[in-house]
Amino acid sequence: MRRALVAGLFFAALILVWHVAAASGRWSPVLLPTPWSVVEYLWGAARDGTLLEASEVTLQRLLVGYAIGLAIGLPLGLLASRFDFLEDTIGTLALGLQTLPSVCWVPLALLWFGQTEHAMLFVVIMGTVWSVVIATDSGARSIPPIYARAARTMGSEGLDQWMSVILPASLPFLVSGMKQGWAFAWRSLMAAEIYVTILTGFGLGHLLHYGRELNDMDQVIGIMLVIVVIGLLADKILFSPWERFLHRRWGTGLRG
Amino acid sequence: MANADRPVAARKLSVEGVSKWFRTSRATVHALQDITLSVQEGEFVCLVGPSGCGKTTLLDIIAGLTKPDTGRVLADGQPVEGPDRHRLVMFQEAALFPWLDVFDNVMFGLRRKSGLGDRERRAIAERHLDLVGLAKFKHAYVHELSGGMKQRVALARALAPDPRVLLMDEPFSSLDTLTRDQLYRDFQAIWQSRKLTVVLVTHNVREAVCLADRVIAMSTNPGRIRDEFKISLPRPRDINSPELASHAQQVAAALRSYVLREAAA
Repeated sequence: MRRALVAGLFFAALILVWHVAAASGRWSPVLLPTPWSVVEYLWGAARDGTLLEASEVTLQRLLVGYAIGLAIGLPLGLLASRFDFLEDTIGTLALGLQTLPSVCWVPLALLWFGQTEHAMLFVVIMGTVWSVVIATDSGARSIPPIYARAARTMGSEGLDQWMSVILPASLPFLVSGMKQGWAFAWRSLMAAEIYVTILTGFGLGHLLHYGRELNDMDQVIGIMLVIVVIGLLADKILFSPWERFLHRRWGTGLRG
Repeated sequence: MANADRPVAARKLSVEGVSKWFRTSRATVHALQDITLSVQEGEFVCLVGPSGCGKTTLLDIIAGLTKPDTGRVLADGQPVEGPDRHRLVMFQEAALFPWLDVFDNVMFGLRRKSGLGDRERRAIAERHLDLVGLAKFKHAYVHELSGGMKQRVALARALAPDPRVLLMDEPFSSLDTLTRDQLYRDFQAIWQSRKLTVVLVTHNVREAVCLADRVIAMSTNPGRIRDEFKISLPRPRDINSPELASHAQQVAAALRSYVLREAAA
């Protein structure tokens, strides 16, 4: 309760400082709008449906790209943690490509796919897969080998051992891989939406981009806030239940 | 071999001329040298020795988790090819599965034992949790248990599928003294009532003398068997009794003498 109060006061103070700075007249309102005018923009965009539509378009792209990224990344990461030849090949590749900021995939995607949805999807998948592989792989490597040894002496081998020991033991690391992947997919999609101009759907990234083109700072700041809120909500909705579950089973310390 | 066809009913385990080397990039370590050892049905054998004498490696080889470089291990007259649930291992860390509750941990080995119905399996698991005094904790998760309770669950998990041989790798070494003393008493009672064949590895001489029918003393460089001590003290034994202490002194003196001889050589 006390901590919530402290946090609430902190953010209230932050908005107050913003308001005072904007109202002081030292900076042009074009560059520094008041908090209220940002709220007005958000209210208007919410009422005329722009915001909801853009969020839907963006989330749809995100979920498809993220799902494909996970479907490729989680099994690859898990396999790389168990087999040295995959670690030396896929693992090394992932390590290299993960250092590439996702926006760097955009030129390649544009040349390959043009200004299309595919280009955007490609950027999201490339931004997601490698970080998921690395998080899952390095996590699953830290599973105590004694679990597998104990399982073997109790008659659990091969597929049974994978299903009833390796997979459940990897669960905390799969969740942390998924979390990592989500953060990267979100960042990649924003890069893609800002740079890939298409007519098949205006996402949040586009609204941000056009806010800049129209010199509309209310829109730029408003959309940035929406992006932050969606990121936070996704974290709560997608990962909190998993983390509570893991916390209950594993105890503290091993949470993703 | 003249006695190749001799029935080996009473000889539960036999280790025949087992050697093992570990090769690293820097050196080759001769971990075990020509180990020959047999364990009778219902016998409790302890392997004692300083760290590095290969006792854990020997236990792994008996379990089938590690392959020997020379020699072989027979279990009930059959060569050991790999791990097998008839020879269950209890490890130093409890190695319980954190994603399962206490009950499902005990069920893990039982579920992989054929010829049992689900109700029978559950009844057996309940009985073993009762045996180790943890019936109340069947729905607890592993991180909620103390070190001693974890080893009790590990013991229940190992005993429930009724293995022919129980292999124990320093199962009590990470526990505090009070918990350990209590476990020695309980484990002796369980062992006596079941007449289990047990091979236990430890560096704690008193523990070995307290539990074993026969204590096998090992030394390092290369790891080998040096002496055997038959312990015929009446059971149950009290780890703090003076008789036990004098037996333990004998074994400890022998272990020290190997070290001194090695230093002199």
